[in-house]
Amino acid sequence: MLGAIGVSHIDELIAHIPAEARLNRPLDIPAGKSEFDIVDYFRERGDRGANGYPTFLGAGVYRHFRPVVADVIVQRSEFLTSYTPYQAEIAQGTLTQIFEFQTMVCQLTGMEVANASMYDGSTAVPEAAMMAVRITGRNKTLVARTVHPEYREVLDTYTKHQGMPVAELGYDAETGRLDMADLAAKIDSDTACVIIQSPNFFGTVEELDALAELVHSKGALLVYVFTEAVSLGLLQPPLQADIVVGELQSFCISPAYGGPFAGIIATKEKFIRQIPGRLVGETKDTEGRRAFCLTLSTREQHIRREKATSNICTNQALIALMGTVYLSLFGKEGLRELAVQNLSKAHYLGSHFEPRFSGAYFNEFVARVGDPEALNAKLLDEKIIGGLPLGKYYPELADSMLLCATEMTKKPEMDKLLAVAGRSK
Amino acid sequence: MVKKVRSHISQNEQLLFEMSSPGKKGYQLPDLDVPVVDPAAALGGQAVRKEIEGFPEVSEVEVIRHFTRLSTWNYAIDLGMYPLGSCTMKYNPRVNEQVARTEGLAWAHPYQPESLAQGMMEVIAALEGALAEITGMDAVTLQPAAGAHGEMTGILLIRAALEKQGNPRKKVLCPDSAHGTNPATAQMVGYDVVNIKSNDLGMVDVAELVKAVDGDTAALMVTNPNTVGVFEEHIVQVAEVLHSKGAMIYMDGANMNALVGVARPGDFGVDVMHLNLHKTFSTPHGGGGPGAGAVAMKAHLEPFAPTPRLKFENGLYGWDYNRPDTIGRVRAFYGNFGVLVRALAYIMAHGGPGLRNATMDAILNANYIRKGLEAFFDLPYQSPCMHEVVFSDDRQTKKGVKTGDIAKRLIDYGFHPYTVSFPLIVHGALMIEPTETESKAEIDLFIDAMQSIAREIDEDPQMVLKAPYTTRTSRVDETTAARKPIVRWKPSPAAS
Ligand SMILES: Cc1ncc(COP(=O)(O)O)c(C=O)c1O
Repeated sequence: MLGAIGVSHIDELIAHIPAEARLNRPLDIPAGKSEFDIVDYFRERGDRGANGYPTFLGAGVYRHFRPVVADVIVQRSEFLTSYTPYQAEIAQGTLTQIFEFQTMVCQLTGMEVANASMYDGSTAVPEAAMMAVRITGRNKTLVARTVHPEYREVLDTYTKHQGMPVAELGYDAETGRLDMADLAAKIDSDTACVIIQSPNFFGTVEELDALAELVHSKGALLVYVFTEAVSLGLLQPPLQADIVVGELQSFCISPAYGGPFAGIIATKEKFIRQIPGRLVGETKDTEGRRAFCLTLSTREQHIRREKATSNICTNQALIALMGTVYLSLFGKEGLRELAVQNLSKAHYLGSHFEPRFSGAYFNEFVARVGDPEALNAKLLDEKIIGGLPLGKYYPELADSMLLCATEMTKKPEMDKLLAVAGRSK
Repeated sequence: MVKKVRSHISQNEQLLFEMSSPGKKGYQLPDLDVPVVDPAAALGGQAVRKEIEGFPEVSEVEVIRHFTRLSTWNYAIDLGMYPLGSCTMKYNPRVNEQVARTEGLAWAHPYQPESLAQGMMEVIAALEGALAEITGMDAVTLQPAAGAHGEMTGILLIRAALEKQGNPRKKVLCPDSAHGTNPATAQMVGYDVVNIKSNDLGMVDVAELVKAVDGDTAALMVTNPNTVGVFEEHIVQVAEVLHSKGAMIYMDGANMNALVGVARPGDFGVDVMHLNLHKTFSTPHGGGGPGAGAVAMKAHLEPFAPTPRLKFENGLYGWDYNRPDTIGRVRAFYGNFGVLVRALAYIMAHGGPGLRNATMDAILNANYIRKGLEAFFDLPYQSPCMHEVVFSDDRQTKKGVKTGDIAKRLIDYGFHPYTVSFPLIVHGALMIEPTETESKAEIDLFIDAMQSIAREIDEDPQMVLKAPYTTRTSRVDETTAARKPIVRWKPSPAAS
């Protein structure tokens, strides 16, 4: 090859890099390791984790069973090792599946259009706010304090330099739902959107009707956020919302210490040109057969550059595929049955605690336990991971923790937690 | 003659919704070991949905067949060369997939106690360390989810540092060869974008730059090697121009596959950069993600890094949330951890010497393709190329054939096309990046195919315009798709 190129040594190919920019020593990284060593390295690190520990953590990342089939499909080379489907003729597999994904997201959320995915639930939130600002021509965002605290931090980071002031809305200390009076006091003619989460960070299900009416009466948009996608199997789709964003981790995505997950963004048809990221559309090939391709790319950075709806390029396609496979396995019946199991498990656990809030909850709830850190330490002695202490995010709830149960939480584990917490009946 | 492929049967397949029939299912749930709760009683009847209208009902076999059939409609690296310029479609080692599924890592909850998260934090620390060494930078954050997200993080860091000095400044400069995410990012961080013209070598024009940089300039976003595959030979001087005016230099590291082990951005003046771990470090693209956009920075930007930061104290790792100057979070939790595991496995498998070899082979392969094709396609920039080579369709357009048409014809020869029409400064660009993982045999077939297409264009341009001929789907009508967008399935009125 060198002969064909016309050089005698491979290093001549980089001779044009100026000397002061070149690295003149080997990288300080140990020589290559064998496959055995690599597998062993990660196994050893995994073994020092929480294998075998029952856990009651939720708070945006949920333990759900992962059907074997989904992992088999995502490891098909043709899905795993292909790029973004720009060349439609040889990417119909991915394109068709994304079209199915977009459809399922619409069916679950009651929205009319959905994109191919966002990085995760947290980054989808500011993207929704930016969309609302473009649609309404207003600049203010109101976000409920019961939206996941880390999602709100991400919202702050994104909006800070875009002339988009963000203010927070309190929660009702009795029900754990949005404080409607606070909303009524703060919403005004500059409000582009109101962002709420349901089930919210406390696990409490929000009541949308009155809320949506107030938001819309002021000409603002309602953004509905979810972190526990399984709830959509049971709860009414948020038809009152204008934009729905959320996290799909519950659909077969392993917790993986926080990622990769996949976010969704869905909205009404009339806002389609303001949606960020990739969209797949139906069309035909020259023979008139149904085909799919990426579409409306004039919204996107590679065409519009600084005028694009977002800078997002790579998204979370393979994760969205995993979710699509999962949803097709569970289907209409299964998702509901799964949701009922989650509801039942959490309510078994919850019935033993003094609930902090009276609002209805799905698969997690706030329990007043006195000293959450002390309880967690006791549980850890028993090789159980307890709930999330809330004081760090809500100082007024320092005596409480967020507990979660899913279909994977076994009754004996819950009974053990209850015994340690002194809550056995 | 087409040597690489011949056609074979592929299965037709309906959409899931169309093959659905009531009562079919592909799941089993365990028996419920607690009393079943009535949703209406627990949530209120109003709150409970009746059914998910239109949702599929199919069996497990149907699910397997459905997605397996769809998969056969895709091209993939595991099938052959995928020379998409700027995308670094290299082989994705399977061991990476296996280690990412290590139970204790894959099932780790981000909020589990730090005492039970030391293994994960060690992985993160090891990767941060390796990437700092590779880039010549002082600190790394692994929080961003992809390249564009890393760009946003990097420009936020620059903004925070300038703000702390009293003035965030107003504009970010982007060469006209820049990827679209660069200007889109600068805009999201509240900067005006100023485009800088490239010179006739495809590089940043230093004289133009000197004119453009002033007290309002926050940064230059530069890609190196740039999107025409050329190393910015004046990069040290470029950095000096910016620094002398108190501005900073951001490097888009999408093309880092040309530099690992050979040159380090930290040594040539870059303040902050991102790496696309899904390019240079072999984590799979998965049909469009997930990726990871590690950001490497000089020490002066570290105080502003996203929160939380990994810390090591008294022999234990932990997350540090007490970072008064932080730009905040750019996403929930700590990053696309599963992708980080894969990238570290790649670095471990190669080791320092292996990483440099990979870089040199990537450069060798690109130069070999350049030599093989320069008699057939117009080469707009004569500068030496690094890991990719960019031709123009100038010669072929005289026959009415454009880069996009050549790309479609390449499919018939069994290859995924190169990157089409990017960068924008090249008229009808053909941007070719073979990566180091292609063998000479595969590359020779590619060169052969491209030469053959060039001859076809001379002899019968009309034929090329209708390609591809061998795919199960012929040319797709993208115009109609955009004019009347149908982005979800709906039951046909007749069926319901
Ligand atoms: C030069 C360049 N910059 C930035 C990006 C954006 O990276 P990502 O797609 O990971 O967001 C890409 C990827 O397409 C690129 O090629």
